[in-house]
Amino acid sequence: MVTLTENTLANPKERVTPTVVHNPGLAKEAFKSVGTRPLRPDGLDKVTGRAKYGADFNAPGQLVGKILRSPHAHAKIKKIDTSKAEKLAGVKAIITAADLPDLTNGDKGMYDILDNCMARGKVFYDGHAVAAVAAIDAATAKAALKLIKVDYEILPHVTDVDEAMKAKAPVLFADCFTEGVEPKPKKASNIAKQTEFGHGDVEAGFAEADVIVERSFKTEQTHQGYIEPHACVASVSPDGTGELWVCTQGHFVYRNHCAMLLGMDVAKLRVTSSEIGGGFGGKTHVWGEPIALALSRKANKPVKLVMTRDEVFRASGPTSASSVDVKIGVKKDGTITAASAELRFASGPYISMWAELGAMTSFACYDLKNVRTRGYEVLVNRPKSAAYRAPSAPIAAFAVESVVDEIASKIGMDPVEFRIKNAAKQGTKSSYGPVYGPIGIGATLEAAKNHPHMSAPLGPNQGRGMACGFWFNFGGQTCTDLNVGPDGSVTLTVGTVDVGGSRASLGLCVAEELGIPYNQVKCLVADTGTLGHNDMTDGSRGTFSSSMAGIFAARNAITVLRERAAKMWEIPVDDVVWEDGHAKATGSGHGNLAPLSLKEIAAAAANTGGPVAGHAEIVADGAGVSFATHIADVEVDPETGRSKIVRYTVIQDAGKAVHPTYVEGQYQGGAAQGIGWALNEEYIYGKDGRLQNAGFLDYRIPVCSDLPMIDTQILEIPNPNHPYGVRGVGETSIVPPLATIANAMSNAFGVRMTHVPMSPPRVLKALEAAAKA
Amino acid sequence: MAVIVSTTVNGDDVQFACEPDETLLDALRNRLGLTGAKEGCGTGDCGACSVTVDGRLVCSCLVLGVEAEGREIETVEGMADGATLHPLQTKFLEHAALQCGVCTPGFLIAAKALLEKNPDPSEEEIRFGLAGNLCRCTGYDKIVRAVQDAAKEMRGA
Repeated sequence: MVTLTENTLANPKERVTPTVVHNPGLAKEAFKSVGTRPLRPDGLDKVTGRAKYGADFNAPGQLVGKILRSPHAHAKIKKIDTSKAEKLAGVKAIITAADLPDLTNGDKGMYDILDNCMARGKVFYDGHAVAAVAAIDAATAKAALKLIKVDYEILPHVTDVDEAMKAKAPVLFADCFTEGVEPKPKKASNIAKQTEFGHGDVEAGFAEADVIVERSFKTEQTHQGYIEPHACVASVSPDGTGELWVCTQGHFVYRNHCAMLLGMDVAKLRVTSSEIGGGFGGKTHVWGEPIALALSRKANKPVKLVMTRDEVFRASGPTSASSVDVKIGVKKDGTITAASAELRFASGPYISMWAELGAMTSFACYDLKNVRTRGYEVLVNRPKSAAYRAPSAPIAAFAVESVVDEIASKIGMDPVEFRIKNAAKQGTKSSYGPVYGPIGIGATLEAAKNHPHMSAPLGPNQGRGMACGFWFNFGGQTCTDLNVGPDGSVTLTVGTVDVGGSRASLGLCVAEELGIPYNQVKCLVADTGTLGHNDMTDGSRGTFSSSMAGIFAARNAITVLRERAAKMWEIPVDDVVWEDGHAKATGSGHGNLAPLSLKEIAAAAANTGGPVAGHAEIVADGAGVSFATHIADVEVDPETGRSKIVRYTVIQDAGKAVHPTYVEGQYQGGAAQGIGWALNEEYIYGKDGRLQNAGFLDYRIPVCSDLPMIDTQILEIPNPNHPYGVRGVGETSIVPPLATIANAMSNAFGVRMTHVPMSPPRVLKALEAAAKA
Repeated sequence: MAVIVSTTVNGDDVQFACEPDETLLDALRNRLGLTGAKEGCGTGDCGACSVTVDGRLVCSCLVLGVEAEGREIETVEGMADGATLHPLQTKFLEHAALQCGVCTPGFLIAAKALLEKNPDPSEEEIRFGLAGNLCRCTGYDKIVRAVQDAAKEMRGA
């Protein structure tokens, strides 16, 4: 029998206390609740099957929605004939782009979202939506899709990023002239945007170098691979109000986007986020939701729309495929004199910022005098690229950290020592502009150097590699409510979707601030009608920003609690302090007043001014940047080219680990996704421009037997911008694995792998080439 | 034409009507309201829909609803004994073996089936025993530890 309210330590002897590396005198240094590992408040529902995910919600009288998708990579839509489908019994609504008039008012970003949700005149990828049906059941909806006749004029297509940049490539948009180039190009191309970052004189820096290494890399497109497909139920009434139940990382943003695309008032569309079965960035964009709302509006009934796995792969955003050139120059003593990179990222058919993020993150781990990076956003006939956990950073790190390892080896320096020598530190001007505050790259490297993993013996055909990674982290708009119940229990209402245990972490922070037990706080995620706007759970911001807002809300509630206690005691409020969950009277003459608990003050609330609450709305500025160092041992089978990870260690700065078990979980999960990216996962397109592996059988994510235990070491270099020192922890862990594993392979068999995934055929080819050489 | 199916689900005798081509997963979710089993792929590749039929672990998306006739089906909703959780459920919570939790019902059913066959599995046996269930959040580390810990408790070790 488990008591679900106790703070259970799963296995105390395995618990390693996070290492506090440096504390620059924050207001908060000693914690009672933060840093403990209680059970999550939503856990019981999730192990008993009660938790409601996107597809688990149903509305009375709902119809089933299905989407017709283009089988072509690039084509003009000449005509869509829905007449036969409309006559099918049980079909209640059919929509095409004609049912979604352009209300975006010149907002290019929103227009692209609209165009992606439902093709307008042209399809740009295999899987692009062209029409949708709502019918009484799934069988009828599927039958109706088959009756819709679309007349296409097939156009030449391009799916490879380098091919798309060539002068003779088919151009997706006749009005695409590269942004960021002066003067504006005269000829349209697939290069939508160019960006540049850096400082110093790179040419002079390379001239000073004793050794220069320059290499080109390629990475294939990968999908976030969340297990829960996109799902929603939409209900629009004739009076213009609507509701949407949906699995999303950001229901407020979904609300804003859907309202704009459908011409609804934001206040009249209420969006409720379900439990979310994984997102990793892929559920930060609307896909089928505006379609479901449009179908519901037309049918005047609720519509449930659930993607199949095939649709998830073909039509919801994977990350970019890329090709990257990196050049680094060093002195013999190991000082980097200059570094440059050119990054070409496939964005799908719409302009985005993925190459830009790659260019910004490329050299963020290092303290460089001369650095220059350039990114190209390239349009191709693939699905719209979406965010995937620290978007673009793993790709850039794969290229940069591979060259860093190679150049260290060339000058005979240990790869960890080389990185320590060049690591960014507090005060470093980062390669993307800002000057760093207290950061953890050096500490993670020192921890790696001293980690037992580094000196453990290796077996035959095994190599060890290490690499570093960086992610910005994000703060953003955040709004929370804190309400004290008449029994003194506390409800913390947040607007950031809980993707992996944040309700437990937020409950801990509020319990800490109020000085009450964790079990006295219940954290819940509210719908869009309950709170002000909240940005999405992205940029590792969920715990960072909502804990900041939650702590501020708690402080506001404490002000109220002090006032109420003063009223109860009939003393000045300035003579009341809040300590350990109690109002205490200070100053002379109040010595006999026994402290009042939160419970006692709450019980008297009706007579002292009504309900006790605290509220906070903030832009959570100051998300501390995050760094990690990973170590991997990889065994390569020389006969088959198959690689196996035999040991893996993640070392990362958490700022302050609010719930260390969930921090470890983020480290392990990111590493596992990175391992899949490094070794197996890729979108495979045929010459016809169609995706050939749109399923989990052929797009193989790591399974349990593919992986070892993933060891973690949490470092705590507090973020001075957060009241408790918290940094985001969710994303950085996916950044180093590609390079870590490539470096391990290079050390295993002496061949530098430059194309991800390093799947058995590619490894075999590299081994054979090395044997011939 | 719908078919009436009589079966036992989590110890209860139930009847439902389903189409001849309807999956057991859809019947459980849409006819019986048991939404614990999830559809992650619909092709038997992810294990999120794992249930047992007469004690045998299956992907319910690959079984027809009509095949449940006269069988005993167990789903995640039947794992706990009233308010008392199954040791696997307890250990999954304690070890934080779930993040998003959408794969968890499938993992719990698969792990229960594994431990019924092999009460003292090695780490490798656990990893291969659960290789039909995909988890994208955890990297499996905490899942394997939770299963090890539950197995130990269930053995009374």
